[in-house]
Amino acid sequence: MKPDRIEVAANAPHRLPPPLFDARCKACWFGAGLVVLVVASFWSLDLQWRAFLSLDAARSMARFVGEFFPPDVSAAFVRKVAFASIETLAMSALGTLIAAVGGLLLALPASRTHEGDAARARAPTRLLLNALRAVPELVWAALLLISAGLGPFAGTLALALHTTGVLGRLFAEAIENAPQSPAAALRTQGVGAVRVFAYATLPQVLPQLISYTLYRWENNIRAAAILGVVGAGGLGQLLAFHMGLFQMGKTATVLVAMLLLVALVDATSYATRRALAR
Amino acid sequence: MSGAALPRRDPAWLGRVFWIGAALVLLWPMLVATEFKPWALFSAESRRPTLQFLAAFIPPAVGGEFLWLVARETWRTVAIATAGITLALVIAIPATLMSTRVLSVSALSGRMAPGPAVLRQFLRWTLVLLRSIPELVWALVFVRVVGLGPTAGVLAIALTYGGMLGKVYGDILESGETPATRNLLANGSGRLQAFAYGLLPQNAAELTSYTVYRWECAIRSSVVLGFVGAGGLGQQLDNSTKMFAGGEVATMLLVFVALVALADRASSWLRRALA
Repeated sequence: MKPDRIEVAANAPHRLPPPLFDARCKACWFGAGLVVLVVASFWSLDLQWRAFLSLDAARSMARFVGEFFPPDVSAAFVRKVAFASIETLAMSALGTLIAAVGGLLLALPASRTHEGDAARARAPTRLLLNALRAVPELVWAALLLISAGLGPFAGTLALALHTTGVLGRLFAEAIENAPQSPAAALRTQGVGAVRVFAYATLPQVLPQLISYTLYRWENNIRAAAILGVVGAGGLGQLLAFHMGLFQMGKTATVLVAMLLLVALVDATSYATRRALAR
Repeated sequence: MSGAALPRRDPAWLGRVFWIGAALVLLWPMLVATEFKPWALFSAESRRPTLQFLAAFIPPAVGGEFLWLVARETWRTVAIATAGITLALVIAIPATLMSTRVLSVSALSGRMAPGPAVLRQFLRWTLVLLRSIPELVWALVFVRVVGLGPTAGVLAIALTYGGMLGKVYGDILESGETPATRNLLANGSGRLQAFAYGLLPQNAAELTSYTVYRWECAIRSSVVLGFVGAGGLGQQLDNSTKMFAGGEVATMLLVFVALVALADRASSWLRRALA
């Protein structure tokens, strides 16, 4: 027995796996915290697995999915869906356009263009932009329903407000990072601030501003499709309406239109990006 | 202001005027389609409720009971996002392991065998489908099936983010260095061993960092999901808005902005620690 134990002791440091938890190991604390977070989440949410995983639920789920077929493809309804798709596109385009103009107007006070610029409005404008950006489109839409009423106008304004925050910040960064010598040359000639911006800074940053705007437009089409769920127009409103009435065939048509719209936007943007990169 | 020698007129004015005119012509149908009537905002019947609602924002509601409710709902929002991401991993990890082309044994000797190739393609398409249906639509569907409450939100996040994570994990694994993994596979190690010792070590940081980023996104979207009845802060926000309780809305908006900022900080700190 005795020599055996000595042998074990001699090899012990090499044979033992590292301890599972060590108070000085940051990753261990992180891992433990993660486990606690996940367990606490599942424990506190009282998820109804029984309602979801039981045979009964499976049957009702199957019936629910079955009701989607056949989708409603009557000419009148397809025309309605097509109109809602156009409305969605118009909402996203107009919202993005307003946001581009508003973002540019807010980006000017939010950027420090040259050394002598006091830029007193910079901090408050940036705070405003951050606040606009932090609230998601859907929350804006829900709040705007009070003053703009149901319909696409509320959705357009919601998209415009959120996107103004996003674009304003990006535009301000672009303006601050633009090369300064053309503007400085005009400024030393005594040209006013507006014309310095219009003829020196803007032409340099315009391609960047346009590409940011197009990118946000792509995002906004996707957002506009679902914005209507709270009543703010477009395909989403049609979806929520028919799903609320349990008209599943019509819901299926709207869902297909939504997927097609998103796929179309994805394909177009992919093709454009490839064409531009070439 | 400018010297007399400079031309007074913009030399490119004709083009500018033309494009502005063309843009206005294009804009008109859009204004009609979106029922764009800004003056409606200032009509008497919409101005009064708006001003009342906004006036009620100050002061924000800070009653003890209400704050307790907001704290509980905030935790539920985080919990929905966390549980959703955990279930999304349950979908994404097996799907990634099965669909990664690097882990194909038959592909070692030229072309992948038709069976595995079809299975991999099928899994990829499934992931794309899961991902391309917005989580809000999933939530609407699940609210119909399992009723109002956090279950619908968790399932919606799980499905959409499962698709996203599975797709991106696959891209990350296939864009890295593959010789080590292929070597292991060629020398007879199992797929799981080749994954654990060949693929995982070099991609672990990137995979974790992407997962943390998606967790941050899931917190934001779990608030939005509340608006269709999937529990959490969004549902309370929706209720308070419908009751015109401006003070409560103000408090919850502030909490929401703070929560998003906090998640943003935590996620960028974690990702910097991993890099």
